Amino acid sequence: MVAVPENSRACATAEESGGVLVVVVSGVWRITAPRPTWVGFLAGRTPPRVRVEVAGLEKWDSSLLLFLFEVQQWCRVAGVDCNLEDVPQKMRTLLGQLETAQATSVPFNRSESFLTSVGAATLETSRKVAEFSRFVGDFVLSTVQFVRSPHKFRWRDCLNEMQQCGAMALPIVSLISFLVGVTLAYTGAIVLRQYGGDIFIADLIGLSMVREMGAMMTAVVLAGRTGAAFAATLANMKANEEIDALETLGISSVHFLVLPRMLAMLLMMPLLTLYANALGILGGMAVALGLLSISPTAYWVEMLTIVDMSDLSVGVIKGVAFGFIVGLAGCLRGLQADRSAVGVGQAATSAVVTAILLIIIADAIFAVIFNILGW
Amino acid sequence: MKPGVDVAVAIEAVNLVCGYDGNVVLDGVSFRVERGEIFFIIGGSGCGKSTLLRTLVGLISPSVGSVSFLGRPFSAVDAASRRAILKTFGMLFQGGALWTSLTLRQNVALPLEEYTDLSSREIDEIATLKLNQVGLSGFENYYPAEISGGMRKRAGLARALALDPEIVFFDEPSAGLDPVTSRKLDDLIREIRETFGTTIVVVSHELASIFGIADRIIMLDRVKKGIIAEGRPHDLAVNSRDPRVLEFLRRGDLPPG
Repeated sequence: MVAVPENSRACATAEESGGVLVVVVSGVWRITAPRPTWVGFLAGRTPPRVRVEVAGLEKWDSSLLLFLFEVQQWCRVAGVDCNLEDVPQKMRTLLGQLETAQATSVPFNRSESFLTSVGAATLETSRKVAEFSRFVGDFVLSTVQFVRSPHKFRWRDCLNEMQQCGAMALPIVSLISFLVGVTLAYTGAIVLRQYGGDIFIADLIGLSMVREMGAMMTAVVLAGRTGAAFAATLANMKANEEIDALETLGISSVHFLVLPRMLAMLLMMPLLTLYANALGILGGMAVALGLLSISPTAYWVEMLTIVDMSDLSVGVIKGVAFGFIVGLAGCLRGLQADRSAVGVGQAATSAVVTAILLIIIADAIFAVIFNILGW
Repeated sequence: MKPGVDVAVAIEAVNLVCGYDGNVVLDGVSFRVERGEIFFIIGGSGCGKSTLLRTLVGLISPSVGSVSFLGRPFSAVDAASRRAILKTFGMLFQGGALWTSLTLRQNVALPLEEYTDLSSREIDEIATLKLNQVGLSGFENYYPAEISGGMRKRAGLARALALDPEIVFFDEPSAGLDPVTSRKLDDLIREIRETFGTTIVVVSHELASIFGIADRIIMLDRVKKGIIAEGRPHDLAVNSRDPRVLEFLRRGDLPPG
């Protein structure tokens, strides 16, 4: 007589009589509770025949099925006769289903050869290029439509977006720009002090902020804040079939959703850039006063000797271009997203990465162009 | 009550008051669901059916009242007891609510991995069986985005049944399904009850399902914010004197007079 430990509520006992191993299952068999396993139960024995009986079975579920399936499979492999006639019909039906499911299930094979992967990746790339071209085409058409009939434009949406990406971004842009000014000033002070050129800290901060850092840092903040939000919103709308609903009404999703966002970005970015310039200069001024004892007036006067309108224009032009990139990357990635929760997350990530990458590339191109123009 | 099914109370809701943002949706709802019963919660749109279901499974906490399952209190218990009760539940959400980053097999396997000590081979066997039972054999490695809405719902059911729960909740199981699939789902619900004695709670307004498989129903009303009828569907359709109940159960055709 072999018995499973008493504390296990799923119980199986065995008795060998006349060359038949009679297995009796009883108790409560719950999938979430421990149960005997057939291999442990056999303990190395190889009975010539097995018969399963049910007695005092209080409750059962898939765990008992798994046990019986194990018995059946073992008997089949070992070439042992397995008698399940005493098992209730319901149980045998489910056992049959379990067996059929294992035998007939031919799961979709996802493994693919290297060549297939390369081919699929190529097709995917060409699809994305086509999608991007269509998006740009739609955008140009929508812009033309906007210029021809601006009264039909969704100004209310645009104003909401302007508030979101402009006014609401002020605190974070303030903090980051001020701190960038402070950091630049501390770093510049190390070199300038050695040569006694403390006052030139104003030139350094003024030029760096106005020409470079103001626009760049604002764009990076907006890429993370607004670009990601654009992508997530549009991707979510796509997953909810809201974009399909627009298309079936014959309304261009680019005109309805992208244009207001893009215009908001294009209008807000230069303003935020100018604001960031001011805060950065203020940060530098604070360090100059505290660390180098340069009065704000001296700082301001010195800065104006080098920073002129052309520098200011460079920053603003960059700001507009970066705003265009952030808005475009956000909206494009949102509209390209897969229709799932994962798709929304990927769209947001991808929008930020694409925007920052393109901002850096654009900045390098601007550096070359402005150098040639002599600005 | 079916013969052989243990006569006991599976779910007991006492004086439930629930709502959102100060608006009371249900006010003083009390009912009992017997073990092994197929119990329907019906009513017009906005009457609080889904709110009641979400309160029963603990997604919403009632402002007043309590819920207990198989004699064990569920509202206001510690995390361990709550987890112990939760593993006796299965729930099929309206859209299936599958985890989109996991394949169908992984979706069904997750509750088993979380709550059992089974080997990965055994978990695989059960996942395959459950998907086979809902007619999704061969789709084990598909992602939810790659299958239709009806299939997602069936996969959601396979996941709800993974742990062979004692109580299964269905939120609008027929919504978005064709009549044939809907009928098959009803058959499957009945089969689950017959085989395992599972208690089934369904939120629905599908008359075919209500008259086809429900043992007992409660009807909620938006104005009363509570139960306006309770009983067997056929009895209510014939004997009820409440015009709201008759209108609902007779598909809007009010009897003359």
